Amino acid sequence: MMVQTRILLAILYVVVAPFVIGLLDGFDRKISARMQGRRGPSVFQPFYDLKKLFEKEFLTANKMQLFLIRSYLCFIILSGILFFAGFDLLLVVFALSTSAMFLILASTATHSPFSSQGTSRELVQIMACEPMELLVAVGFYLATSTFTVSDIVAGSSVANIRFLPGFFVGFVFILTIKFRKSPFDISTSHHAHQEVIKGVTSEMVGKEYAMVTIAEWYENAILLGIVGLFFISSNPLTFIGAVIAILAVWFLEILIDNTSARVKWQLMLKLAWGVTIVAAGMNLFLLEIIRG
Amino acid sequence: MAKIHKSPWLLHYDGSSCNGCDIEVLACTTPVYDVERFGVINTGNPMHADIFLITGGINSQNESVVKQIYEQMPQPKVVIAVGTCACTGGIFKECYNIKGGADTVIPVDIYVPGCAARPESIIDGVVKGVALFKEKAEALAASGRA
Amino acid sequence: METLVTALICFPFLWAILPAVIHNSKRRAFTVYLGCAIVMVLSVFTAVQWFLAGGQTLDFRLPFQRIFGEVFMWGDIFLMCFITYLSYKHNRLIIAILTIISTVVPTVLEKFGPKLGYTSTMRFDWLTFIMVLIIGVVGSLIGIYAVGYMHGFHIHHHKEVQDRRSFFLSMIFVFFGAMFGLVTSANLLGLYFFWEITSVTSFLLIGYTRTDEAINNSFKALWMNLLGGCGLAVAISVGIVYFHTANLYDLIAAAEKSGASDIICLLPIAMLAFAALTKSAQFPFSGWLLGAMVAPTPSSALLHSATMVKAGVYMLIRLSPAMADNYVGNMVALIGGFTFVAASCFAITVSDGKKVLAYSTISNLGLIVACTGCGYEETIWAAVFLVIFHAVSKSMLFQCVGAIETTIGSRDVEQMQGLMSIFPKLAFILMVGIAGMFLAPFGMLISKWAALKAFIDTSSVYVSTLMVLFICFGSATTMFYWTKWMSKILGAAKREKSRDLTKKNEYISMFFHAFMMIALILGFPWLSEHVLKPLSNDMFGTVKQVISYENMVIMIVLLCGVFVIPFVNYLMTKGQKGKQVITYMGGANVGDNFNFVSSTGDPKEMEISNFYMEEAFGEKKLFTPAIMISSFILIVYLIIVVGGALQ
Repeated sequence: MMVQTRILLAILYVVVAPFVIGLLDGFDRKISARMQGRRGPSVFQPFYDLKKLFEKEFLTANKMQLFLIRSYLCFIILSGILFFAGFDLLLVVFALSTSAMFLILASTATHSPFSSQGTSRELVQIMACEPMELLVAVGFYLATSTFTVSDIVAGSSVANIRFLPGFFVGFVFILTIKFRKSPFDISTSHHAHQEVIKGVTSEMVGKEYAMVTIAEWYENAILLGIVGLFFISSNPLTFIGAVIAILAVWFLEILIDNTSARVKWQLMLKLAWGVTIVAAGMNLFLLEIIRG
Repeated sequence: MAKIHKSPWLLHYDGSSCNGCDIEVLACTTPVYDVERFGVINTGNPMHADIFLITGGINSQNESVVKQIYEQMPQPKVVIAVGTCACTGGIFKECYNIKGGADTVIPVDIYVPGCAARPESIIDGVVKGVALFKEKAEALAASGRA
Repeated sequence: METLVTALICFPFLWAILPAVIHNSKRRAFTVYLGCAIVMVLSVFTAVQWFLAGGQTLDFRLPFQRIFGEVFMWGDIFLMCFITYLSYKHNRLIIAILTIISTVVPTVLEKFGPKLGYTSTMRFDWLTFIMVLIIGVVGSLIGIYAVGYMHGFHIHHHKEVQDRRSFFLSMIFVFFGAMFGLVTSANLLGLYFFWEITSVTSFLLIGYTRTDEAINNSFKALWMNLLGGCGLAVAISVGIVYFHTANLYDLIAAAEKSGASDIICLLPIAMLAFAALTKSAQFPFSGWLLGAMVAPTPSSALLHSATMVKAGVYMLIRLSPAMADNYVGNMVALIGGFTFVAASCFAITVSDGKKVLAYSTISNLGLIVACTGCGYEETIWAAVFLVIFHAVSKSMLFQCVGAIETTIGSRDVEQMQGLMSIFPKLAFILMVGIAGMFLAPFGMLISKWAALKAFIDTSSVYVSTLMVLFICFGSATTMFYWTKWMSKILGAAKREKSRDLTKKNEYISMFFHAFMMIALILGFPWLSEHVLKPLSNDMFGTVKQVISYENMVIMIVLLCGVFVIPFVNYLMTKGQKGKQVITYMGGANVGDNFNFVSSTGDPKEMEISNFYMEEAFGEKKLFTPAIMISSFILIVYLIIVVGGALQ
């Protein structure tokens, strides 16, 4: 890929990603509401929420929280830039898990029972997802002999999903957790009520919570970008296919969210690791055999 | 421009209610009434809430709790007392342990009477509370500037 | 050079006599400081001298080699008698059998077996260079720390334990000498002598307190290490009988040349690798390192970071060119990978700080071992990096946990709640140490990157698949226990501020470590270019850019990210005004963040604890299966190699 394209993509990511993902989030709420037979809020609701949160008074239980959350946001954006500018996929995954650490430190800084509980669950979630994220990078390396995102795109004549169906299944599976959708007692979710109040974000007030939300949007953009990467090849037309695939996966996640309300985190860990080992592990094994 | 009136998040607190009003409050979130279309989310956390919705009267045990939760909500905030008990103490008013309505501990902005209060009137109260936000936000901004 | 290396080996042995005979506390402390300083200066001087001379591999014989040969032999026999006596005294005869076999066979072969060619007995190359620096610098810092720590240990905390500090401190010097000898020896007979010394010394250090538990654990360490010694003895015997050499490098070269075709060449390599696995506490031999926790902290730090376990991985790194893509390599890689995952799972389930560190050592060594088993340039590059980072940060962490234990009276992770606001200095050191162990731009990340890449390219399909899975899962579990600990430290403080009981010399040592850690991180590109490149050139004869220029830049950006982003954000939000509120506990707080109104109406303190997931990964549940699986892997591969060789 041209250097200019890569820079352009990175800039686009920083500027546009929160708007696109925010809008997707709005549609998500609308569609969920429709699935439940409700009218649902406006599609711009996430932006209203965000703006409101920034305008609220700033209360804090521990002053350390704010700078940790800002660091979390910055680190996520940094990893996103690495991804969309087409650098090393494995490093992107490592950078993402480092940024998650800042969120965890921020939420435990307060000694609140709910956010501590949420943090422990968040850690379990990270542990459940991380193997699969790393394996995705491995899968792309097996298919294209490089970890570099721009080379993956430029070097593949057909979409890599042909070689990596198992990895794709595993990745979509953990996306449910990553998007904070399925397990009912997950560390924090967008749903009204849950077991641990708001989990990791319980003690985050106003703009702190807003920043976490934006960070999540940026992170989701990266994850959806990885979904797209499965479908993109050097042919520019595949870009359209990738967008369609992203939308399909996104819709699937909403569907899962609305049909599996009672999954718990213990099951989540087992399932996530199980699916990772079975789907991605098998795919890995087969690819290794093919490569000889 | 303040957007708070488009995204009022609720915190529902059950004082010493008979649970009649609580059921009606939750009924508001069901598909029939769908309060989310106004952007309302029933959050369990005072730190995230804009509207403090109280059902039931105040007794000597929950007095400090209500005060504390109120303190933990960031400005601007609105308090809505739902049901007769939360407004005045209602049928329990003369009870040995009841102090009275929610306004005996914290300032209440909107009173929604009824035993139990009907979902329509609760939603009406919330929408009225939302209208109050504009004023409150402006007052807050003015005090912030001063 | 010869003189310098000889001095490096002999000096600590001789100096060890001084603390043993001086019983005045102040004077003894002074001799230890002086000794450590000399060891450090000497090792750095030797290394720098060699570096400036161009960094050429040096093969040489010790001056008075014949005398040294005699010393090694009689030393071996003395150690054998000593161990036999001890095992007789404590009724553990099996240990006596192990030591007699492993000593008598090589000695007899050396005396009466085929005449060996006249070869050099020592070698100094890039790997030795790194090891000498690690042992010299990290080791002597631990020595300095030990003086202060042992003082507190006896005077304030463990009055019931007999004061044998003289013995303890002199053992530390013996350890240095043995390690220097081990990493410079090319002759297996000499190497075996030093190897046995480290086994015996660690045995003595672990049994320091002479409680029942300590004695049991020390014997456990002894028999496992002696078993490894037996492996070494077999390798020597095979070398002498079949190849007419006792030179490590001749054996490696022979194995490398033959490839996988002639399996007899692999036999000594397999045996040496087996010995190294026991030494580096890989499953199924992890028990001894966990048991070593009963010893006072400096000896744990010494065993875990700069010495003992590093002897094992040093040996494996040496062997790795001969292990690329063959049975031995596969065995080592699988054992290492398995250990990486299993030990990090166990680390999740324990809350004793030292035990977490012990498991994390085992797990980290597992990764290094896996890297060496793969035997490619990338993985060796990664392995050496991990060795360096691990030595510094582990030594720092152990010292810090020891200091915390002295100060707050507990080494339980749960008790370290809010350490950052009570003892910021200790907490800072702990944070740097933990960050050095696993955070993004540091050693672990680089190594994982290189290891993953190399394992995907490994030729054996199933080893490759398994190893990739091991690393992916292991890195997830590793993240879990470290982050958990970090978040505890940063949490809100519960206990009152109290006096920091950490001694000045302990702080000197710890801050020096922290400084080294940061220097290592900043100097990482330089290190890669000027030390690791020639090292891989030595071993593989090729120079390959392991990590691309682009990725190097990204890592430096990430590095700045981890330090600069929080720092800038901290400065920017410092003046932020915000109303202080108490945390949300359903409105039931009693005035602060720590107490709530209980059901009886009285205030009750809230306890917050991390997840330990014992029902999922508990030691009780999984330790035995882990031992069984790893033993199975080990035995199957050894049967393949030994059987193939005898065929």
